[in-house]
Amino acid sequence: MISGYAGKFLEVNLSTGKIKDVKFDDEVLKNYVGGRGLAAKILWDRLGSKWEKIDPLGPENILLFLTGPLTGYFPGGRICVSGKSPQSNGVVGSTVAGEFGVELRCAGYDGIIVTGESEKPVYLFVKDSDVEIRDAGRVWGKDGKQTVAMLTKECRALLKKRYPLYGEWKEPALLYIGPAGENKVRTAVVAAKWSHAAGYGGYGAVMGSKKLKAIAVKGTGPLPEAADIRKVKRFIKAVNDNAYESELWRRWGTGGGGYEFGAKTSSEPVRNWQDEWHDEKSYGVDQFENRFWVKQYWSDFGCPTCCLKVAVIKNGKFKGAITDNPDYEMQAYLGPNLGIFIPEENIFLSSLIDDLGLCGIQTGNVMGFAAELFQRKILTKKDLDGIELKWGDAEAFATLARKIALREGVGDLLAEGTYRAALKIGKMKNMDLLPYAVQSKGIGIGAHGVRSGKDFPEIISYACSVQCGDHTSMAGLPLDSGGSELMEILNDSGVYCNFNSFGISRSLKFNFYGAVTGIELTREEWCGTKALRILQLQRAMLLLGGPDLKWEPRIHDENPPRFYEPLPSGPYKGKTTDKAAVEEYKNRYYKAVGWDRNGIPTSKTLRKLGLNDVDKALEKLR
Amino acid sequence: MTTKKEPIWIARELSRCSGCRKCEIACSLFHEKRIWPEASRVRVFMLIPGVEFPHFCAQCKDYPCVQSCPVKALSISKKTGAVLVKNSACIACGKCIEACPGRIPHMHPTEKHIVICDLCNGEPQCVKVCQEGGWNVFKRVSRGDRPYELYARTPEKITRDLALKMYGEQAEEYM
Repeated sequence: MISGYAGKFLEVNLSTGKIKDVKFDDEVLKNYVGGRGLAAKILWDRLGSKWEKIDPLGPENILLFLTGPLTGYFPGGRICVSGKSPQSNGVVGSTVAGEFGVELRCAGYDGIIVTGESEKPVYLFVKDSDVEIRDAGRVWGKDGKQTVAMLTKECRALLKKRYPLYGEWKEPALLYIGPAGENKVRTAVVAAKWSHAAGYGGYGAVMGSKKLKAIAVKGTGPLPEAADIRKVKRFIKAVNDNAYESELWRRWGTGGGGYEFGAKTSSEPVRNWQDEWHDEKSYGVDQFENRFWVKQYWSDFGCPTCCLKVAVIKNGKFKGAITDNPDYEMQAYLGPNLGIFIPEENIFLSSLIDDLGLCGIQTGNVMGFAAELFQRKILTKKDLDGIELKWGDAEAFATLARKIALREGVGDLLAEGTYRAALKIGKMKNMDLLPYAVQSKGIGIGAHGVRSGKDFPEIISYACSVQCGDHTSMAGLPLDSGGSELMEILNDSGVYCNFNSFGISRSLKFNFYGAVTGIELTREEWCGTKALRILQLQRAMLLLGGPDLKWEPRIHDENPPRFYEPLPSGPYKGKTTDKAAVEEYKNRYYKAVGWDRNGIPTSKTLRKLGLNDVDKALEKLR
Repeated sequence: MTTKKEPIWIARELSRCSGCRKCEIACSLFHEKRIWPEASRVRVFMLIPGVEFPHFCAQCKDYPCVQSCPVKALSISKKTGAVLVKNSACIACGKCIEACPGRIPHMHPTEKHIVICDLCNGEPQCVKVCQEGGWNVFKRVSRGDRPYELYARTPEKITRDLALKMYGEQAEEYM
């Protein structure tokens, strides 16, 4: 057995109620590591042959909660959620911070594989090797904060009753869905700790489709033994010391972004990306910090950065709203993207989005899309069930968000996410609405634009990513650089926080992996073989797609049309994306990752990586 | 840190806790040579998100836990003032948990003995990591004659106080 792994995975079939342990060969773990990489492997092995027929929201989909060997060791613990995505119809490795991954590993499991679907609402309670499927009827329909309160109480009472002499029980770690997930909203998240979420991919809807309200886990064992704990301790210190150097990063987290990415880099979505520049000092980090942050350094297991802050509104119209910073993505998508520049309103909307179990990025994206259609008189007040969806009207957007979470009226259309909503509304109105949809292959673009050229994404970052609009998994060259998707695959497969890897050397990450697992891993091996293999699997499943959508790389490996419009204002006014440059970069990228000129992995590439069955499956696309 | 006169105490400012649990990591690495949150002598509770705090021995003036032990497995360190557990003598009866006003001691998750903060023989590891990170929830101070027992409170009570302070009266909804 390889060091650093618990050595077994928990598999739960919610249709039959059967629970069993499963193991993977060392060879599989060596090649696919964990998290995102292993998710791609498991999904391909189990569903690959019928991928196009699998409904992401049907009982055949497999929902994965996977740790990696570095979870709990590398500062900043996370868990990777995956399955067939109801957004891209491919595979997204969607990670969320918190203690869940650590608790799971301390319980003796490297991950949880959920199959089938339950008839009635249930939650899973894991206490070390004791696993039970419990009734969740009482919490079904409850919002995020209520769910956390009720399940924390219920599970602690169970532990106390079963182990009366243990002393006080700490809370188990929870992953859960809100009403949006229950209603299979495609922009629903798998949530943790009120405001943390695995958003990209839409796995909250998959949980909801399986009627799985939550998973609670308490592990009382140690983390799986590392190969060389002395080295691990040294590397932890190196990661910590690097983070401690960046005081403003720690102090503000990404909460400085709501102002900076607008004013400085002109790359923030403003009114559904009609602009990317603003200079609203009312939206500065000081306005959040000084007025609303009651905890300035909030972090998850082992994290030295504390990019999260707790924001509370204690008086006025939005009294009672509690959320994190909001972090930059929420600040942008539930702020300027909706024409909102008032911190209170942004905190109010973020808190509501948390409670409903929605993804702030995807939901902010689709609400911005709807608001632009209203601005252009394509959607009327009547179409919007009486809502005047004017830019800047936080309460109108709150009403709409509730409708989306409950799939009520127009909310049912928008609950499909921006791409599908654009097709559906376009059909109703007999118009092409895709020019207003700021997404790539079913996933709304992260709040970092490419037109100014001053932010970190490149012109093919979203277009060629196997996780599409995901701003944490971007395509780029050279393949072994920090800007390559292959290095993000390392973060998401080792399963730790990429924020704590900013500024550290790449060799430290590989050495860290080596110290935990006892297996040497070089950058060449990772970027030339292992990560590339994971990338091809994700690419294959993305292109196979189905059953409701299918992507043609020549059409869909593309930026949203908006990114080719000139920036209308600000210091980079007039700048836009050069289509010829995108084509040129795209072709170079295809070549580097071994795809043909149509963006399909070549036979040679796949066979060299030992993916012969993938090669066969892709024959029909060539 | 070493200049402070012994015995010592760990002064604590709970509302500064980030919830990073580096104290649990340091404590379990020191005592168990593993990262092992449940075996840590200091445990970070998060009964409500955002309301994280370390829960660990306050070394009460009258040491009710020591007095409650039927087999004399607990003693007081002359050097540091910490409660020391003689693992081989402990019968894991849980009497000390009942005696503690904060229900702070807990069973070792795999061994048959209680777990209580021993102040790392005067160099508390939790203090070190917390200060490295600049959180300063913990500070090592000399033990004088102060009402330390005020800090021996149950997780529920501490949570309520901190939550009301952070979130106002609506915190009641989350308890």
